[in-house]
Amino acid sequence: MPDSMTAAVSAPRGPESGAGGGLRRLARRRSTIAFLMTLPLICVIVGLVAYPAAYAVYLSTLNRRMDGFAGLLQFEILVDNETFWLVVWQSCLFAISAVLAKALIGFWLAHMLHHIPTKGQRKWRGMLLIPWVIPPALSTLGWWWMYDPTYSSLNWILAIFAVPAVPWLGEPWWARISVIMVNVWYGAPFFMIMYLAALKSVPEQLYEAAAIDGATSWQRLRHITLPMMQNIISITVLFSLIVTFANYDIVRVLTNGGPRDLTHVFATYAFQVGILSGNIPRGAAVSLFMLPALAVFAYFILRGVNRRNREMA
Amino acid sequence: MPENVNATSCNDVSLPRRAALLGGAATALTAPAVFGQPTTNIRCGFWDHWVPAGNDALRRLCAQWGERNRATVGVDFITSVGNQNLLTIAAQAQSRSGHDILSFPAWEPASHARMLVNVDDVMGRLTAKYGAVTPAAEYLGKQDGRWVAIPAVSGTQMKPACVRIDLMQQHAGIDIRAMWPAENRAGPGADTWNWETFAVAAEKCNRAGFAFGLPMGSFTDAVDWVGALFASYGANVMDERGGITVRGNAKLRAAVEMCVRIARQLPNDVWAWDDASNNRALISGRSALVFNPPSAWVSARRDQPAVGAQCWTVPVPSGPEGRFVGYLPYFWGIWNFSRVQGPAKELLEFLSDRASAEVQTNTSAGYDIPPFLSMNDFPVWSNEGPPVGTVFNYPIKAHHNARTSVAFAPAPPAMAVQAYNQALNTKLIARIAQANETVDQALGWLERELNTIRRGG
Repeated sequence: MPDSMTAAVSAPRGPESGAGGGLRRLARRRSTIAFLMTLPLICVIVGLVAYPAAYAVYLSTLNRRMDGFAGLLQFEILVDNETFWLVVWQSCLFAISAVLAKALIGFWLAHMLHHIPTKGQRKWRGMLLIPWVIPPALSTLGWWWMYDPTYSSLNWILAIFAVPAVPWLGEPWWARISVIMVNVWYGAPFFMIMYLAALKSVPEQLYEAAAIDGATSWQRLRHITLPMMQNIISITVLFSLIVTFANYDIVRVLTNGGPRDLTHVFATYAFQVGILSGNIPRGAAVSLFMLPALAVFAYFILRGVNRRNREMA
Repeated sequence: MPENVNATSCNDVSLPRRAALLGGAATALTAPAVFGQPTTNIRCGFWDHWVPAGNDALRRLCAQWGERNRATVGVDFITSVGNQNLLTIAAQAQSRSGHDILSFPAWEPASHARMLVNVDDVMGRLTAKYGAVTPAAEYLGKQDGRWVAIPAVSGTQMKPACVRIDLMQQHAGIDIRAMWPAENRAGPGADTWNWETFAVAAEKCNRAGFAFGLPMGSFTDAVDWVGALFASYGANVMDERGGITVRGNAKLRAAVEMCVRIARQLPNDVWAWDDASNNRALISGRSALVFNPPSAWVSARRDQPAVGAQCWTVPVPSGPEGRFVGYLPYFWGIWNFSRVQGPAKELLEFLSDRASAEVQTNTSAGYDIPPFLSMNDFPVWSNEGPPVGTVFNYPIKAHHNARTSVAFAPAPPAMAVQAYNQALNTKLIARIAQANETVDQALGWLERELNTIRRGG
């Protein structure tokens, strides 16, 4: 655009060329156009991300009646509360074990699918994606019926083999395992599809060269597949960890946090404290508590991804 | 100027089209006033009733009032499934916009007291006509000496015992129908219907494979029945000023010990039961007793007629301090940002009068309980069946010598609501009966939790 810029600068000033000319110049600048084109996205981010986040921070600094500033009181109360630390521990257990299980199962499924001939692969891929495309609140209701100790299919099957009925949702450890299992069932297909895409992008020549060098399948996995998939694994784990930490519907439908608060996660506890118990500032404090930990985790993961990208470039 | 031309040709006067349109709109807006059409718009958000016909009753009553008072009453029904009603209340309170009248579940009037219109005048007229309201409704609806919401008929429930006549007779040797007949009198043995008798019956029925279906999770049915038991022992965990009364509380210890004793006779998964689990236990024929409004019996009548025909609703057992029944009311409140506060009050007064209350109760097969004790004599409770008279004892009758209870009362509602929704009473029992903690350890935990609640104000 240098010609037009020059023209604009060198044009003689008419009576209307003051403010109007300035606006025209501003409109012709690349940064202005770029800003205008990204404005819708900025509006969405400000309206749907920044504002709610800032409002949540503001709410967490109020007293219970929301008529006075309370500083960090809500956080102080949470730190002193043993139920809250139970929730922290449970949330970590839930998120970390579920993400690990999803990653391992997804990785295994992706490998299995990758080695199926292309003709039949699509069929299997579609079937394996079903858990992920069903709305989780709906599928969790199905699981809830299966876990029902008195009338469920799971205990009916166990009864056939003379195994006593299991109180799936009534006994603390069974309840924890049950909610994790549903989350894994729901989320593993996402890992599978991401890893499958990554596997397909690994150049076949690398495997051929490794085969010529006499590499075993473990060595191929260790020295070719995993390094080539490292970025996608990191990003998928990060994304899933954030989503799993914030999970609400599975715990809410299956156990409502029980028995004895031993399956509560941040979101369900925040809802119970904030909406059900009418203490919105403390509910906001609960939901904000995981933010720093996740932010630090995201920083390190993304830094690793950037470093590897630079090395590859 | 084609607009002028068109206007002239159409109306035969020299008037621009835009002006003609504006004039027409203005005429249309003023016309209703001229011809006596509705001039007031009231927007109501009522609770979406479990019983489908329950909504029709309110819709009809609102339309009827609207016709008489030249008002348009818009009615929305907001479900409590997924706590949609709570989310709606929170959103409208935050945005200070929405409905004029809203249905508030039990604890919400206290939470939003400062945003609700004072309805002392309406309550004054209603109590002058119908007598006192049940004390639990007053505890929840009257804040700082003023009524902030009107105890509603629609959605308000009690949780007496729904007993299987045959199983109780066969396994516990109690003729429950003779003990609590469908008459205004107590039958033989009614004076022995206390928690001790109840615990023995629970043990016998459990041994026979028909354990009582009493939830012990964190939903309202669980918290309410345990709250009623605690109240009947005089076992308060907090006083009216928010002082914690756990330490050295002999009444509390006695209530806890009785509750633990009963809990040990329940199915091993009651710790995760929700408000539907007890209904299923009754309807499936696996349970001899639940604490529930008539909805469990209504479902049994529809899905398992043989079970439904054996159900009989009776008062909750009594304790050393009297007989208390779990009470879970709804309230009708008017937001202070409403521009039609006067007509809204009139509408709510109309919905609360005896005739309207009876319509609501009849339509819900007796589920809805009016807040006024004088209205506990509607014929619907005598006539419903089979067996006829099964819900006669659902509302409190004089011979029950019972009072309504709200778990964690008389603590200040702002604190009690937190204890209630965190189900501290059922968790207390779970710590002893399920996690094998001692009573002292569990009470120590309860005291710490209550301290946390109190600390936040």
